[in-house]
Order: sequence, then structure tokens, then C-alpha cells
Amino acid sequence: MIANLAFYLFSFILLASAVMVVTSRNPVHAVLFLILGFLNAAVLFLLAGAEFLAFILAIVYVGAVAVLFLFVVMMLDVDFVALQEGFQRYAPVGALVALIMFVELVFIASSWAIAPASGAYRLFPMPDNLTNAAALGNLLYTAYLPLFQLGGVVLLVAMIGAIVLTHRDKPRPARAQNLAAQHARKPEDTLALVRAQLGQGAALPEAAPEKEHS
Amino acid sequence: MTIPVSHYLVVSAMLLVIGVFGIFMNRKNVIVIMMSIELILLAANLNFVAFSGVLHDMVGQVFTMFVLTVAAAESAIGLAILVIYFRNRGSIEVEDVTLMKG
Repeated sequence: MIANLAFYLFSFILLASAVMVVTSRNPVHAVLFLILGFLNAAVLFLLAGAEFLAFILAIVYVGAVAVLFLFVVMMLDVDFVALQEGFQRYAPVGALVALIMFVELVFIASSWAIAPASGAYRLFPMPDNLTNAAALGNLLYTAYLPLFQLGGVVLLVAMIGAIVLTHRDKPRPARAQNLAAQHARKPEDTLALVRAQLGQGAALPEAAPEKEHS
Repeated sequence: MTIPVSHYLVVSAMLLVIGVFGIFMNRKNVIVIMMSIELILLAANLNFVAFSGVLHDMVGQVFTMFVLTVAAAESAIGLAILVIYFRNRGSIEVEDVTLMKG
């Protein structure tokens, strides 16, 4: 009963924040609502019994991906008001497509049943004596090890790709160290010994031209 | 698991439909389109997890993890492309992207 109430509450917040993501005028608000939606989806995962994935969703998605979105939204100085035009123009066709899709999905969801013998076809049944994280780890590091490694390769490719795409060679900053110029510097270039006449002080000689720091 | 799986299915169907609707509504704003794609992937993940719970099968959760991995990689690459596109053109309007064709 409590679980049902929690399910309805959190799924309502999830759907409401999803609506706010796609309709809000300010993209920063949209990203914040996306974060709220992910957190509520994590609670729904918890209610379905997937604890590890719930926390992965909260940590990786809210902590990394959504914050990445927030970072990009705040970094780019985009005129978001100009991007909103056509909002009303596209709304009817979007609503039509969404309605048709939803009706189809409800038809599908309302007219199926789990086969009674489906228990015999489980690929990897949930073990009773293990926590969710341990069961998932047992599976990931044994039966799904090649796919797990491929997932790591996908992340590596994404990381290298993002760095290569966004990296740009800046012109050399003004205060960079020029080793060749430093090593070529001799005392005669910069130092002059001046013999001071008694009672007259020292007259500065013509200053040696400073080596250009290129 | 006390919650019937059909409730999960309806919630994730609504989430997916909201995501598709968002792609239609924000035809120009790439950032919101990418957030809509995240919503659609979240709906798929919710389905996987719900069926994994009701069928007592771990494979759904394993697959959800792979979906999360690919979605994270996708959004990282997408945002990187967005950043360089904005750097080159000064806007992120989707309609301008057709100018990139060789």
C-alpha cells in the first residue's frame, strides 16, 4: 500500500518534471527539472527492486550527465528566446503524433499477459541469497564480461572524441617559458660593470637592448 | 513486488511520449532535443527494470546498465559537437546544421 502510494507520487512528479523539461522557456530550468525527473526515476527503480541501478542513476546521471548539460547550457551564450519561435506552430502536429503514439502504446500495454511458463525461460534468475549489487556484479563480471569491456571501450571512445572535438590549439600564452632564449642569454647581454668615479656617482651606460621574448 | 507491471508500462509510455513531443516542440533547440532523447532512454530503462523485477530475471538490469553507458557516451559526444558547432557558427539552431553538408 505504501509502495503503491510512493509509486504514484514519484511517477507523478517524474511525469510532471518531464513535461516541464520539454516546455520550459529557460533551458537552465529544463536541466534542473531533468535532474528532478532522474531522481524520481531512481526512486521508481528502487521500488522495482533495482537498488544498484537506482543509485547509479542518481550518481552517474544526476552527478555527471545532467551537470554536463547544465555546464553546456551555462557556458554557451545562446539567445534562447530566438530558439523558442515555432513553438506554437509545431505544437499541434507534435501533440497529434504524441497522442497517436500513446494510444498505440496503451493498446499494447493493455493486451498482453506474461506466459505462465515464462519462469522456465529465465536467462539468469535473481538469486535469493545475494544483494542486488552482488547479483549484478556476479553477472557482469562473468557472463557479460565481453560486453562490459566493450562498454568501457565505448566510454573511452566517447572521452577521446569529446576531447579531440573540443580541444583547440591556443596561441602561445604571453608568459610561456622560452627555453632557447633563456639558454642563449649571456651575462654580457644584460650585465654591465660601471666604475663609479669618486664623488660623482655612477652614470648609467646605454642599456643593452632587452632580448625579445617571442 | 507489489506494484503491477502495467503501471510501470503506462508511466514509461507516457515518459516516452513526452520525450517525442519534446523533440517536436523544440525543433530548433538542440539542447532540449538531447534532453528529450535522455527522457526517451529513461523510459526504455524503466521498462527494462520493471520487467526485470516482475520476471525475477537479472538480464534486464544488466541491459539497463549498458543502455546507461551508451546514453552517457552519446550525450558527452553530442554536447561536444554542440560546443564546437556553437563556436563555429554562434548559434545552435538545428536548421542551420544543413549548411554543414559537403
